[in-house]
Amino acid sequence: MSSNPRLSLGPNLFYWSRDDIFDFYAEVAEMPVDIVYLGETVCSKRRSLRTEDWFDLADRLSSAGKEVVLSTLSLLEAESEMLTLRRLCENDRFMVEANDMGAVQLLIKQGVPFVTGPTVNIYNPATLQVLANKGLKRWVLPIELSKETLAEMQAERPEGVETEIFAFGRMPLTLSARCFTARSHNLPKDDCQYKCLDYPDGRLLSTQEKKPFLALNGIQTVSSLTCNLLPETAEMKRLDVDVLRISPQSQHTGRIVEAFHQALQDEPTSSLDRYVPLGTCDGYWHGGAGMEKLKG
Amino acid sequence: MELVCPAGNLPSLKAAVDNGADAVYIGLRDDTNARHFPGLNFNEKRATDGIVYARRKGVRVFLAINTYPRPDGWERWQAAVDTAARLGVDALICADIGVLDYASNRWPDLNLHLSVQASSTNYEALRFYQENFGIKRAVLPRVLSLSQVKNVVENSPVGIEIFGFGSLCVMVEGRCILSSYVTGESPNTCGACSPAKFVTYKETPQGMESRLGDVLTDRYGKNERAGYPTICKGRFEVGENTFYAIEEPTSLNTLELLPELQTAGIEAIKIEGRQRSPAYVAQVTRVWRQAIDACKQNPDRFSARAEWNRELDKVSEGATTTLGPYYRPWQ
Repeated sequence: MSSNPRLSLGPNLFYWSRDDIFDFYAEVAEMPVDIVYLGETVCSKRRSLRTEDWFDLADRLSSAGKEVVLSTLSLLEAESEMLTLRRLCENDRFMVEANDMGAVQLLIKQGVPFVTGPTVNIYNPATLQVLANKGLKRWVLPIELSKETLAEMQAERPEGVETEIFAFGRMPLTLSARCFTARSHNLPKDDCQYKCLDYPDGRLLSTQEKKPFLALNGIQTVSSLTCNLLPETAEMKRLDVDVLRISPQSQHTGRIVEAFHQALQDEPTSSLDRYVPLGTCDGYWHGGAGMEKLKG
Repeated sequence: MELVCPAGNLPSLKAAVDNGADAVYIGLRDDTNARHFPGLNFNEKRATDGIVYARRKGVRVFLAINTYPRPDGWERWQAAVDTAARLGVDALICADIGVLDYASNRWPDLNLHLSVQASSTNYEALRFYQENFGIKRAVLPRVLSLSQVKNVVENSPVGIEIFGFGSLCVMVEGRCILSSYVTGESPNTCGACSPAKFVTYKETPQGMESRLGDVLTDRYGKNERAGYPTICKGRFEVGENTFYAIEEPTSLNTLELLPELQTAGIEAIKIEGRQRSPAYVAQVTRVWRQAIDACKQNPDRFSARAEWNRELDKVSEGATTTLGPYYRPWQ
């Protein structure tokens, strides 16, 4: 039987101001999370922090006792993005979360252990084994896979590879060349005027029946509902999950972390419903459609 | 530049071959490929017939096994790879690392192409697949501008195939789960985006409504033709506006870029549409054959003929076309 799962804070998916980011991570230093993922994973035009700033922040959180992992951009298009990617992958202090196979390749060439994020497609044990042979230390289960698939993956998991689950947050569903936030303001991507800054948890997209559906986050689209697997912590322990990931939101992240921390100590927790922007879901975990709420 | 055309059945394969395709790509009749639609695709016998027909006319046949097996389906994907090897296809188009690993170890002589579903947009990713599985070609997702495509071609260890025409997927293929968010089934897991069994149309006082699962994707006025409720082609509300928040129902058409694509060193142009009719395949293949030949003969004086675009518009989604991501302002 393995030890109690640890808690991680995923990379912030949204675009916040420099001050807001520093304030947020100052609080994170005090939160009961073991692992902190840092970096811009969505859009290279977001430059509240430069790469050096991310390294400084990594040092600070590392000094505060956190395991720091640097996260890479998920959709690589321009050569300038490849340069930044190389800088991250060649750093010799922090482990890197690869969010694309280009990053995986660079990390293999470095000969260093690495993490894969939810947008690296690991759907079966054969894939997990190939990457484990190349230095994979930890992988995040792709968002759309269920606990049943997880159980089968865990049964054949290579020695020394840890499993992380996206346990809380608006789910990243897709990426595009097009910036949908800019489009919603009738602006082209090349003149986006950094509109994402106005939507710290994404810009709501609703159906014509006024039902909230998705949230636009620049070139990324996330769910309007928040995935909440707090009621599933016992099941995750049973499945030998090593790390539970909480994805940052602009408000109440500390309370959410606190609740997961309590749940992992088998302490009673209260509902997180009042801390999310627009309701929760758990469909993927239970083998249904992602937006469904099947338990909890 | 090779012209690679789609075939969802034997008549479409023959239409592609007869109208000038250099290669035809097909899939098996199950969820191992990304066009797992009812009534579509090939069993082993049909595939054999198709390959014989194509070979006789010097046309190559590729087979797509480009979805992502979960543990409980692994044997089915292995069997599909074995079938492809037995059939002697000219290339196997794969996305999943486990499948590529199996194919390259079990059938080392099998020619492997990286599917668009592998979601590889940069040359470092392509190096991974080339170094580990010996892929010979890669199909790029429809997310790069033309200058970015050129940069990938210059640095890629393998030949590059890009989409030239057909329904436009505006998300990065292989990493879009909008479909399973609503239905539980995605292209990655089940081989179909917005599967037909979840689609409903209903006449209401507000107009014709299309739904995927319970999600209203669009409402159509009296004179509007209802489209297929793919999530990314629906009309939604953002702020004060109701509009095609992601993309209009339109098709990709890069005919006018042909000289640039040729100069850039693109190895092959892919036509989308295994789910379309033999008539579509015949028409699109014919136009593209003429265009590629004209471009090869005289790239400096090439221009997309109006009649070509008229023919293509007739079979395009929404009867309109776009240069899509290749043209930067579209982004």
